[in-house]
Amino acid sequence: MIVQLFHQMPVLVVILPLMAAPLCVIAHRALPAWLIHTAVSWVVFGISFLLFVETRVAGRVVYALGGWAPPFGIELVIDRFSAIVLLLVTGMSALTSLYARASIAAELPRERAYLVYAAMLLCLCGLVGMTVTGDAFNLFVFLEVSSLASYSLIAMGPSRRALLSSFQYLIMGTVGGTFLLIGIGFLYVMTGTLNMADIAQRLQGVAHTHTVEAGLAFIVVGLSLKAALFPLHAWLPNAYTYAPSSVSVFIAATSTKVAVYALIRFVFTVFGADLAFDSLPLGDVLIVLSVAAMLSGSLAAIFQTDVKRLLAWSSVAQMGYIVLGFALATGAGLTAALTHMVNHGLIKGALFMAVGAMFWRMQACSINDIAGLGKRMPWTCAAFVVGGLSLIGFPGTAGFISKWVLLQALMVDHHWLLAAAILVSSLLAVIYIGRVVESLYFREPAEGRKVARGEAPALMLVATWTLVALNIAVGLFGAAEVDATRQAAMSLLGVGQ
Amino acid sequence: MQEHTVLRIIAKLLIAPIIIFALYVQFHGDYSPGGGFQAGVILASALILHALVFGVQATRRAVPPAVLRVTASLGVLIYAGTGVICMLRGGAFLDYDYLAHNPVHGQHYGLLLVEFGVGMTVASVVTAIFYVFAGRGRQPGEHED
Repeated sequence: MIVQLFHQMPVLVVILPLMAAPLCVIAHRALPAWLIHTAVSWVVFGISFLLFVETRVAGRVVYALGGWAPPFGIELVIDRFSAIVLLLVTGMSALTSLYARASIAAELPRERAYLVYAAMLLCLCGLVGMTVTGDAFNLFVFLEVSSLASYSLIAMGPSRRALLSSFQYLIMGTVGGTFLLIGIGFLYVMTGTLNMADIAQRLQGVAHTHTVEAGLAFIVVGLSLKAALFPLHAWLPNAYTYAPSSVSVFIAATSTKVAVYALIRFVFTVFGADLAFDSLPLGDVLIVLSVAAMLSGSLAAIFQTDVKRLLAWSSVAQMGYIVLGFALATGAGLTAALTHMVNHGLIKGALFMAVGAMFWRMQACSINDIAGLGKRMPWTCAAFVVGGLSLIGFPGTAGFISKWVLLQALMVDHHWLLAAAILVSSLLAVIYIGRVVESLYFREPAEGRKVARGEAPALMLVATWTLVALNIAVGLFGAAEVDATRQAAMSLLGVGQ
Repeated sequence: MQEHTVLRIIAKLLIAPIIIFALYVQFHGDYSPGGGFQAGVILASALILHALVFGVQATRRAVPPAVLRVTASLGVLIYAGTGVICMLRGGAFLDYDYLAHNPVHGQHYGLLLVEFGVGMTVASVVTAIFYVFAGRGRQPGEHED
C-alpha cells in the first residue's frame, strides 16, 4: 500500500489540495478550515520534498493520469527543474498556513475566513498543477484554476479598493490566459497533439512556419502578463497592496514565479532554444524588457508611501532579474534565473510577512504609520531588516547568492552594461529599503497616534523567522542550492536540445 | 406574480419535466450527447424558472443556499473521490478500469460517478450565482456566503 502511494505522489500533490478545498467549504468555520489547510499544506510539502529527492536520484518522475499512456492521456512530468519550483510553492504554502490564522482573523470577518482557506488551497492546486503537468492544455487549465482562486482571494482584501484591484487583475489575467490558449491552439493546429514532449518532437519539421512563430509570440506575451514582466505589470502593485496580508505573502512568493517557470518550460522544452533565441529575437526583447523592469520597478518603489505597495513595485524589479537570467539562454543564465526564483520567493515571503505583522498591529502600513515600530515590535522589524538586506544583496544572505550567480552569468558573456544595470538597481533597492528601515528605527510615532505595543502572535513570528533563517542559511551555504539549480538548468537544456 | 395565472400554471407544468430532462441528459450522457455540465445547467434553469415565477424567497426556502454550499463541495469530492478509489484499488488516478472486476463496467461506473459529481457542482454553483445576483441590495445578514 505504501509503495503504491509512493508511485502516486505526482498526482497526490495536485489532488490533495483539490479535495481539501471543498472540505474547507463544508466545514464552514474558520478553525477547522485552517486546520485542514495547514495539515494538507504540510503533507503536500512533505510529498514535494520526497519528489525532489526522487528527481535528484532518478532525474525524472512521470505519471500517466487515468492509466492513459501519453501522448493520448495527460502526463505529469516532474524533472529536476520543476521539482525545485514545486518545493518553493508547497513550502511557501506550508509556511503561509502557519502565518494565516492570526492575520486573516484580524483582517476579515469571521464568517468569510473559511473561504480564504478554501481559495488558497485551490490556488495551491493550480500552481502545483502548472508545475507538474507535462501537457500544454492541462497547463492552461491549471493556470486558470490558480488565477480564478487568486482573483477571489485578492477581492477579499480588507479595504474596498481590493475589489477594484482584483477586477483589474481579472481583466489582465484573462487576457493573459486567452493569449496562452491561442498560442497552444496554434501549436495544436500544427502538430495535432497537446503533450509537451510530443509537440516538441513534431515541431521539428514545421518549426519555421508563421503559425508556430505566432504561437510562440502568443504564449510568451500571455505568460509574461501572468508573470508581471514590464510593461505588462500594471495589475501587480494594486493586487499585492490590497490583498489580505497572508494572500500577498503566498501570491507574491509563488504565482509570478510559476508563470516564469511555465514560460521557461514552453521555450526550452516545447519550442527549443534554437527557435526562440536564434531564429527569433526573444532573447534581445526579453533583455531590454527585464532591464526596463529592474530600473523602473526600483525607481517606482522609491516613491511609494505604502510599504506593501513599495514591496510590490520591488517585485516588478525582481522579476527583471529572473527574466534576465532566462533571456541569456545559457546554462549559467538559467541557473541564475532558477536560483533567484527560489531566493526571491524566500525574500519577498519574509518581507511581506513582516509587513503583514505590522499591519496586524497597526491596521495600516504606510511609512508614517509604522514610524518608531522598531522599539515596540523588535522581532518583526528585525525580520524586515534582514529580509531587506537580502533583497539588496548583502553578503551572507540569499539575495547575494542570486546576484552573484547572475553577475557571473553576465560576466561570462561580457555583458558589462547589464551587470551595471543590476548594480544600479541594487543601489535603488538600498534607498527604498532604507526609507522603511529609517522610519522603523529612527523616527518617532506621529503625534496623537495611539501607540500600540507588543509583538505579533507567536505563529506569525515563527513563520516569518523561518523564512529569515532560510535566507541566511542559503546565504551562508549557497553552494548546495546553486548546485541543485545548476543541475536543474542542465537537465532542462539537455531536454531542449 | 400572483395575478399571472397562465405563467404560474405553465411554470408548474414545466419545472418537473425540465428536471426529468436534466436527469436524462445526466445519466444518458455516456451514450448520447450530454453529460454533467449540461445536465447541471438544465437543472439550475428549472430552479431559476421557479425563482422568476414564484419569487426568489420561495426558491430559497425550497433549496436553501446552505444546502447548495454543501452540494457544490460534495460534487467536487465525488469527482476526486472516484479518482482516489481507483488509486486505492491499485490503478492510477481516475483509471476507471479498476473500479469493477470487468474493465468495461469499470469505465462505465467511473464515467457515471464523475459526471454525477460534475452535474451536482454545476447545478449548485449556477443556482448560487443566481441567488447572489438576485439577492443584491438585501441586508448583508441575509446572505449565505
